[in-house]
This record gives sequence, structure tokens and C-alpha cells, in this order.
Amino acid sequence: MTTEQTPVPSTARGGVVIDVDSCKGCELCIPVCPPNVLEMSSDRNASGYRYPILHDGCTGCTACQMVCPDYVFTVYRRPRSKKGDGQAG
Amino acid sequence: MSAPSKQLPIVDSTTPPDGTVKVADPNPSLILGAHSLCPGCGEPVALRLLMESLQDLGIVDRSIGVVGHGCYGSFVRIMDIDVLQCLHGRAPSCATGIKRVRPDSVVFTLQGDGDMVNEGLQEVLHSAARAENITCILLNNGVFGDTGGQATATTVVGQRTKTSLDGRDPAKHGYPIPVSDLVASLDGSGYVARGHVGDPGGVTRTKKMIKEALQSQLDGNGLSLVEILTMCPTGWFVPAGEGPNYQQQSMEQTYPMGVLKRPGGAD
Ligand SMILES: Cc1ncc(C[n+]2csc(CCOP(=O)(O)OP(=O)(O)O)c2C)c(N)n1
Ligand code: SF4
Ligand code: SF4
Ligand code: SF4
Ligand SMILES: [Mg+2]
Repeated sequence: MTTEQTPVPSTARGGVVIDVDSCKGCELCIPVCPPNVLEMSSDRNASGYRYPILHDGCTGCTACQMVCPDYVFTVYRRPRSKKGDGQAG
Repeated sequence: MSAPSKQLPIVDSTTPPDGTVKVADPNPSLILGAHSLCPGCGEPVALRLLMESLQDLGIVDRSIGVVGHGCYGSFVRIMDIDVLQCLHGRAPSCATGIKRVRPDSVVFTLQGDGDMVNEGLQEVLHSAARAENITCILLNNGVFGDTGGQATATTVVGQRTKTSLDGRDPAKHGYPIPVSDLVASLDGSGYVARGHVGDPGGVTRTKKMIKEALQSQLDGNGLSLVEILTMCPTGWFVPAGEGPNYQQQSMEQTYPMGVLKRPGGAD
């Protein structure tokens, strides 16, 4: 399934670092992501929970970080570039 | 929108993407490590907002927390702040003592519905009536979560709990007590608000309420209270991911969100 794919570098406006082993698999982060780029893994972490994996297109909006009860997400955003950065996540 | 994104490739989420800057930490530095609460629990989100608010207002060094008994009680082990854990329900009274002895401190309580509304209803009401200059944070999930999900005084009509298996029935169990409305009705309270942490909008608005409540204490306006509806999927017998929906359909129908009272007039 998806989790067996090899991650590629992202070109999106934002990104998240996912602390997989802190996740308790509640899935609260999945529906709140506006561009819908989070999906639960099929693999399990050290505690036996499935965890979110990231598809390309994160905007760095922090919605996932806001609702996560287990402090899993660190959120990053690309600083706005000088002219018409055009590229929207 | 939804389907196409999932077709996009999986990207690396073990290191920050090149050329980006950090915009949010997972938790503030005042939270020292992982907690032991259930998957999908709302209480750790409320803790994060409270700790962030102390940092944002620059009052960490003079803040003292008074924590009650419930699942949130275990936060005393990971909060990097001076705390007193006192008898069940008595936090506003202990906070009263601390604030009176050290008027320059910023004193908050962290209590559940079982703690504040069952075990210690008179403590919060009398503290509010006395206009004690403290901030009470109520984590309301409508159950005694820590002891297995029994009904509390805030359980809403129709809500199924371990002690109301067919749903709370007013004829048998009485009606819920809207503690924030009671506190707001007392002249000694300065700021009262009710928020939730079930979605990003609720999280953002609740953090603003916590900061306004602490500011109200700094301004000497009497007791401030923020009631936060927090998901308890374990006590509600719902899957972790269903907590916000269940809360929206049950507790949020009985307890409307918003600022109930603020200095100089309500909302
Ligand atoms: C005097 C006293 N009575 C009963 C208890 C047992 N007790 C511990 S936690 C708790 C429930 C707390 O419920 P709440 O404040 O709503 O917190 P939650 O676990 O739901 O977050 C109870 C009844 C106790 N510790 N002390
Ligand atoms: S930061 Fe926003 S866009 Fe990126 S994964 Fe989290 S919720 Fe989705
Ligand atoms: S909200 Fe946090 S704990 Fe829950 S599944 Fe997402 S990353 Fe894991
Ligand atoms: S029992 Fe409820 S309040 Fe306690 S940790 Fe579990 S979900 Fe949270
Ligand atoms: Mg409770």
C-alpha cells in the first residue's frame, strides 16, 4: 500500500515533521487538513498504532498541529518569495 | 479536492523541507514530555493552549497552578511550572490562599467537571462570589473519565455513561448544571467563556479565551473561568476519531460556545 512507496522531496508551500512514535493513532488530524494530504499508514509504530503519512501539497497551515493530542507535528512553511510565487501548495 | 491529493506522491516527513522555516512546535517548552492519556483525548490539547498562553503573556515565572483530580492530574508530572495538587474539588479554595499570600503571582486552577461541578461546586461558586482574583480552567467532558466514565453533574440529557446506560434521564438523574452560567451570574466574576478543542477553529478561539481570562486576572477583575469542552472518547464509548462529532451532537447542543461575560459587558 501507500506506505511502501519511497518518500520524495516536497516542492509544496509547507511541510510537517511527523514524530511517528509519539502518535496514538486517533486520526483527529486526518479530516482537519484542508488540502487533505494526510493519510493513515498501514504500518504500525513502536506502540502498535497507525500514524499519519504526508502526501505532497502541505500548505503549512498548522491545523494538524492544533488538534493533535499527542504533540506529533512540527510545522514548516516556505517564506513568501519576492515576486508572484504563484505555486500554491 | 480530497481524492486528487491522495494521488500525489508521499513526501518525506522526517526532516523539514529545504528552504522552509518553522511555524509551529508540537508543544511548548513548558510541557516536558509525553503524557499517558488516551488516544483522541481533548485534555492534552487544552494543556498545550494553557501553557502557550502563559508563555505568550510572559507570566511563566510568576504562575502557580492548582490541579484537581482527574485524568489531567497526571499533567503535574510534565508541566514545567510550580503546581499544587489539592483535594478533589478544592482547587479554587487552595488557589484563593496562594493568591492572597502572594498577590503578585498568577494563579490558575485546572479542574474537570467531576472535580469542579460534583466534588467542589461550592468552592468555585464561593470563590467567584468573593471575587477572588484567580483563573479557573474547567475541562468539561461530562464524565468522571479517570474512574471509568460515570455520569457527572454536567452530563447532558440523553448522554450515555457507565451510570446512565440508557442516557441521562432527567426524571431519574436530574438536569445538568451549567456551571459557567452560574459563575457568570455572580458579581464577583470578571470573565467567563466557553470553548472547545474539537477542531482548529475551536482550538484558536479557546486559546484566545484563556489569554483573555489570564489578562482579566492581571487586571484585577475578579474570578475568571474558561470552560473547555474536551473529548473523552473512552468515557463516551466512541472511536477516538469520532470524539469531535459526538461532542458536537451532544455537549455542544447544551453548552453554547462563546464569551458569557467580560469586563465592560458581555459579547
Ligand atoms: C475525595 C475523592 N473522591 C473520589 C476520588 C476518585 N476520583 C479520582 S479522579 C475522579 C474523577 C474526576 O473526574 P473529572 O474531574 O471530570 O476528570 P476527568 O477524569 O473526567 O478528566 C474521581 C471521582 C478522589 N480521588 N477523591
Ligand atoms: S500543516 Fe496543514 S496542510 Fe500541512 S499537513 Fe498539517 S493540516 Fe495539512
Ligand atoms: S492527531 Fe496526532 S496522535 Fe492522532 S493520529 Fe494524528 S498524529 Fe497521531
Ligand atoms: S478517560 Fe477520557 S478524559 Fe481520561 S484520558 Fe481517556 S479520553 Fe481522556
Ligand atoms: Mg470529566
